Amino acid sequence: MKKKFLSVIGFAILCRFQVYSQVKTDTTSLPRPAYTSLYTPIGQDSTNYNPRRLRIDEIDLVSSYYTQTGDHSAVMGGMPGPKGTQNVTDFSNGLNLNLVWLNQANNKNTLSLGLGYDHHSSASAAYVALEGGGKPGGSRFYPSLDWTIENAKTGGTFGIGAYYSGEYNYKSKGIDFHWSTKTNDKSGEFGVKLQGYFDRVTLIYPSELIPPSSATQTGTTVYTTASGVVETLSSTGQVISSSKNTLPTSARTTLTAAFSYSQQINSRLQIMFLGDLVTQSGYLSLPFHRVYFNDNDTSKAKVEKLPSSRFKLPIGFRLNYFLGDNIILRTYYRYYMDNWGTRSNTASIEIPYKVTPFFSVSPFYRYYTQTAAKYYAPYREHSPTDTYYTSNDEYAKFNASFYGVGFRIAPPNGVFGMHNFHELEIRYGHYTQTTDLVSDVVSLSVGFK
Amino acid sequence: MKTTKQLMKISACLLLIISATSCVHLKEYQKSRLNDSEMALTNRKVEKNELNFQSYREGASGANAGKTGGGCGCN
Repeated sequence: MKKKFLSVIGFAILCRFQVYSQVKTDTTSLPRPAYTSLYTPIGQDSTNYNPRRLRIDEIDLVSSYYTQTGDHSAVMGGMPGPKGTQNVTDFSNGLNLNLVWLNQANNKNTLSLGLGYDHHSSASAAYVALEGGGKPGGSRFYPSLDWTIENAKTGGTFGIGAYYSGEYNYKSKGIDFHWSTKTNDKSGEFGVKLQGYFDRVTLIYPSELIPPSSATQTGTTVYTTASGVVETLSSTGQVISSSKNTLPTSARTTLTAAFSYSQQINSRLQIMFLGDLVTQSGYLSLPFHRVYFNDNDTSKAKVEKLPSSRFKLPIGFRLNYFLGDNIILRTYYRYYMDNWGTRSNTASIEIPYKVTPFFSVSPFYRYYTQTAAKYYAPYREHSPTDTYYTSNDEYAKFNASFYGVGFRIAPPNGVFGMHNFHELEIRYGHYTQTTDLVSDVVSLSVGFK
Repeated sequence: MKTTKQLMKISACLLLIISATSCVHLKEYQKSRLNDSEMALTNRKVEKNELNFQSYREGASGANAGKTGGGCGCN
């Protein structure tokens, strides 16, 4: 009886605490989005907060520094040694801005604006000119736009996106439609994304394969550089006039249908299945990739030649498991096949360890293996009678390992005590291929709300 | 080839384990671990440029919610 009495008293005290927690005036200054929060303040809202109003939900900035070494560049047809250098450095910066508002039906609208800029130096690009006098660097600019609307009742989404990427020798425009729907109990979600990329490849050929200089009747010489600049030279060698890139371009189209299904299995485990259907058509080679043949005549390089269509089928799954209270297992596997003969397996595991609820350390390892495409042969191993040929190591048989560690900090009071600075991630990775290509990448991601 | 077969077997075993585990209907308060940001079934934001260079250096791409086209990666 005494036990029962004490239980009733205890329950009553707990209820009191619960009541207190519901009526206590909120003294925090953090904004509370009304469309997702279970919090319902009692009393007059004096903040003029309007959930329908357009507002900035999140700003993300991701920067990376990438450095690579190797000595079988595709520009020199896989030639080993200094001329085949694959040294690359790349500095990438991407900014993403998410704007959110609610419409009349309380559906959440998200507008994502992305802006990216990369600057790279590439030693192999210099060898587009045979003696290494070409421009060894460049930059890329890539804005993007995406609009997504989420149904407040069902959780389903629909959206459209557009994308552009521009660099000196390559322009790409893209568009996508994406749609997702949740199961009745909202534990599963099916998604579809249809993408189209419409690219133009500038036909920059190796210097020895472009048309030779031509003399005109007035005694001047018209000369086309490897990068497509047409210069008119006087009889004394002075540049009289110079026109910008006049080289023709060729089209490349990529169409993708990407499917996904995610499912919560229990309170610690969730999985996702992924599958893409990808078709490419158009000019799928690169015009400045040389190929040397096994006829012992190294002066007769040709430009890489690949079929004008390719079909890719990658399928994979993710499995994430919360082990105990501090450890998470993030795993991924993919099988890939295409009609050029490449078969590939990718497996990765990342193990975030939560040192505190707001700080984690995440070591990771990724293993990749692929078979060679049927159009690939190394330096001077192609036959001159081959219909298609490439010596680009991207299509070679190789294995690769990628490992490193990441750090993430996301304290409730903001990083360094700044409320709006909600997340900071730093990650380093070391990558090795059995083709002797080695690279390192360090990335920084910061998020503001 | 041997490694490929081993990976396939491991994957098949994992899928079998998952299939054998019945899905449990979860209430919102039971999803605290699943809602942890590190449990998200997506790539991390900080991985974005890693995925780019991998798709340019390797023959395979796709099925990872990353890009399957666009951009040259010629260098």
